[in-house]
Amino acid sequence: MATKIYPVIWLQGAGCTGCSVSVLNAVSPKIQNLLLDELVPGHQLNLMFHATIMAGQGEPVIEVLKDTEKNRKGGYILIVEGAIPTAEGGAYGSIGEKAGKHLTVQQSVEELGRNALLTVALGTCAAFGGIPAAKPNPTGCQSVKAVFDKKQIQTPVVNISGCPPHPDWLVGTISVILFSGAGALDLDELARPKLFYGQLIHENCPRRADFDKGKFAEKLGDPGCLYQLGCKGHYTNADCPLRQWNNGVSWCVKAGSPCLGCVEPEFPDGTSPMYEKITFEELTWSQK
Amino acid sequence: MVTKVKIDPITRIEGHLAIEAVIDDGVVKEAKSAGTLFRGFEIILQGRDPRDANRLTQRICGVCPTAHATASALCLDDAFGLTDKIPDNAKLIRALILGSNFLQSHVLHFYHLAALDYVDAVSVVGDVAPFVPRYQGDYRVTGQQNAELVNHYLMALDIRRKCQEMLAIFGGKMPHNVGTVPGGVTEKPTEDKITNFLWRLNEIRDFVDNVYIPDVIAVAKAYSDYFEIGKGCQRLLAYGGFDVPTGLLFKAGVVSPDLQLEPFTKENITEDVKHSWYADSSSGKNPAQGQTKPDLKKKEAYSFLKSPRYKGQVCELGPLARMVSNYVQGDAITKQLVDSVLGEFNAGVDALYSVLGRHAARAVEAKLVGDAMVDWLTSLKPDEPAIVESHIPDAGEGTGLTEAPRGAVGHWMTIKDKKIERYQVITPTAWNASPKDDKGQPGAVEQAIIGTKVKDKDNPFELVRIVRAFDPCLACSVHLLDAKANVLGVFRVV
Repeated sequence: MATKIYPVIWLQGAGCTGCSVSVLNAVSPKIQNLLLDELVPGHQLNLMFHATIMAGQGEPVIEVLKDTEKNRKGGYILIVEGAIPTAEGGAYGSIGEKAGKHLTVQQSVEELGRNALLTVALGTCAAFGGIPAAKPNPTGCQSVKAVFDKKQIQTPVVNISGCPPHPDWLVGTISVILFSGAGALDLDELARPKLFYGQLIHENCPRRADFDKGKFAEKLGDPGCLYQLGCKGHYTNADCPLRQWNNGVSWCVKAGSPCLGCVEPEFPDGTSPMYEKITFEELTWSQK
Repeated sequence: MVTKVKIDPITRIEGHLAIEAVIDDGVVKEAKSAGTLFRGFEIILQGRDPRDANRLTQRICGVCPTAHATASALCLDDAFGLTDKIPDNAKLIRALILGSNFLQSHVLHFYHLAALDYVDAVSVVGDVAPFVPRYQGDYRVTGQQNAELVNHYLMALDIRRKCQEMLAIFGGKMPHNVGTVPGGVTEKPTEDKITNFLWRLNEIRDFVDNVYIPDVIAVAKAYSDYFEIGKGCQRLLAYGGFDVPTGLLFKAGVVSPDLQLEPFTKENITEDVKHSWYADSSSGKNPAQGQTKPDLKKKEAYSFLKSPRYKGQVCELGPLARMVSNYVQGDAITKQLVDSVLGEFNAGVDALYSVLGRHAARAVEAKLVGDAMVDWLTSLKPDEPAIVESHIPDAGEGTGLTEAPRGAVGHWMTIKDKKIERYQVITPTAWNASPKDDKGQPGAVEQAIIGTKVKDKDNPFELVRIVRAFDPCLACSVHLLDAKANVLGVFRVV
């Protein structure tokens, strides 16, 4: 049976490359397998464009975008990392130049998004705006979905939020698509796969027993539940306590740090101050 | 014949960069480097809880977040009056967290960002993306040696991942660790974590000693003309870094082209803006008083980076600067490591001022840091504290200076009414990739490009090899605006 190849275009907008670095931390499969092997039997990704990894540079790599859009219409996966700067006609972010003309992030996301099979908004910036869109949002940053909606782009968007997202969340989502098709993804109301974002941090937190007993840390470094120190685990939907980070070594709360709520659309404005307790009354957003 | 070569995007770096070179008769006469993404972090930080700067500034860059975490923690320690109270355990764990990311970043830089300019991956893995398209021609390593280097590219992906896993023992997670905070660190050193860390570190050090350094030497032997290419400004600057109880691993200093050392004083830093899109009235200020008033109509401007200068002079930052600074200050281990690598080529210290010199300095530095980490780890005291309590003052000022993998990084802040009033960041790439200053002196990368012979303008290997040897990080360096400056016109980079 011939291997089915899925071309992947990975665009970086207003972000920090942290999502890419996080995906490099994938363990099983490793990044080598993602790049070179059949990810699942009979199905293989082909990373056509990724500015941090690809060998080429300059105009020839911009050609790759144009070729993929034209020749693989409806057949490629677009991954967007970073928010999309939309102020001043998108002038705050450019991904390169073609025939002496800047190609803005906004223009690229719109053009490539329109003809993609599916778009993955990877990380909180792409999914919800994130830090670049935090007040006062100096560059008019928006999420992929907001940009698509404005231009009536119908391509489905899957949000894989997190600052950064766990590598398993991307690999697992792509696995569902390759095994069972995009229609098999069970998404929450924020278009995130329930497989990874279906439970509150608080439900599975190893410090949950401390919360139940009223044993709270009063300062950083103390044992006990971190609620009084600003932990947002009560409102944050992700499987960090079960999955843990960096090959299962640790995660924020295990390391004595309150959950920052980095997978939620309200990050960072609605989750700040990060080290202050936020009561339900003070929440500008409701429990999902 | 005069031709203009423009490379946009420069890939295999962090962030968005464009390079333009004017080539006359095969030699670069003019060069411009400019960032092509602007986010406005300093505006976003204003009015927030000062402690949040420690979490938010890491998100300036996902490749070197720990350097921003360290600089902002030092800045907050200073503003909170804690600098003299930080426990030894905290200093050591902060250094171990930062050191883990130095190892990650240096391995990533050589193998995954730079090596594809020298190693022929296509002959091993085939004509597949992301290894094509690429420049055609000058791939000199062949046969078994080339196959080994490609194999090491893949092996290095595991090693850099393991650096991040090691970091997470004390940092909680990567990218964007949570362990480094004002007052110290959130994790306690326990014997099991120390042993776990040590054996991960040993595997990485083994790779540095037996794979990374030999590979840099092997590539250098095949491309030895690159000891003559990309000399640069030859004035080096280090703020100093890895502030452990036994002193700084990287010594602060300014080194002149004739290897004379001058002590570093932060008040001598100024930022020019004549060729940046900022009002000329804001030029020449120290970052503690820095202003950032955009002016997009300036005819001479071509970059969003300002031009940081030391006593008005262009400086290069990074591993080269740190290794030479340590060398001229008589650091015995640095001298032995640098001399042993240079001995492979019968070369003196001045050979470091080159494309290959920068790669060699980075590899040597990885060994210096990795080996020092063993001492730091075994100096931890499991029963003693790793954090002191911190309180936000009503008002205050702070400075945090340290070293990132790419060079010195500084954070400056003022607090008013317990909130961030002003936050300024100067990153190493802002120095290295800066545009011309008020006196017309080109930035460090620009100087390294100017005068270079370009053999094939359709495949200008020389230019991308020079730029990548500096390990630019553009997400870090595109300069940021103040609160009133939130209206910008349409810009055009270069």
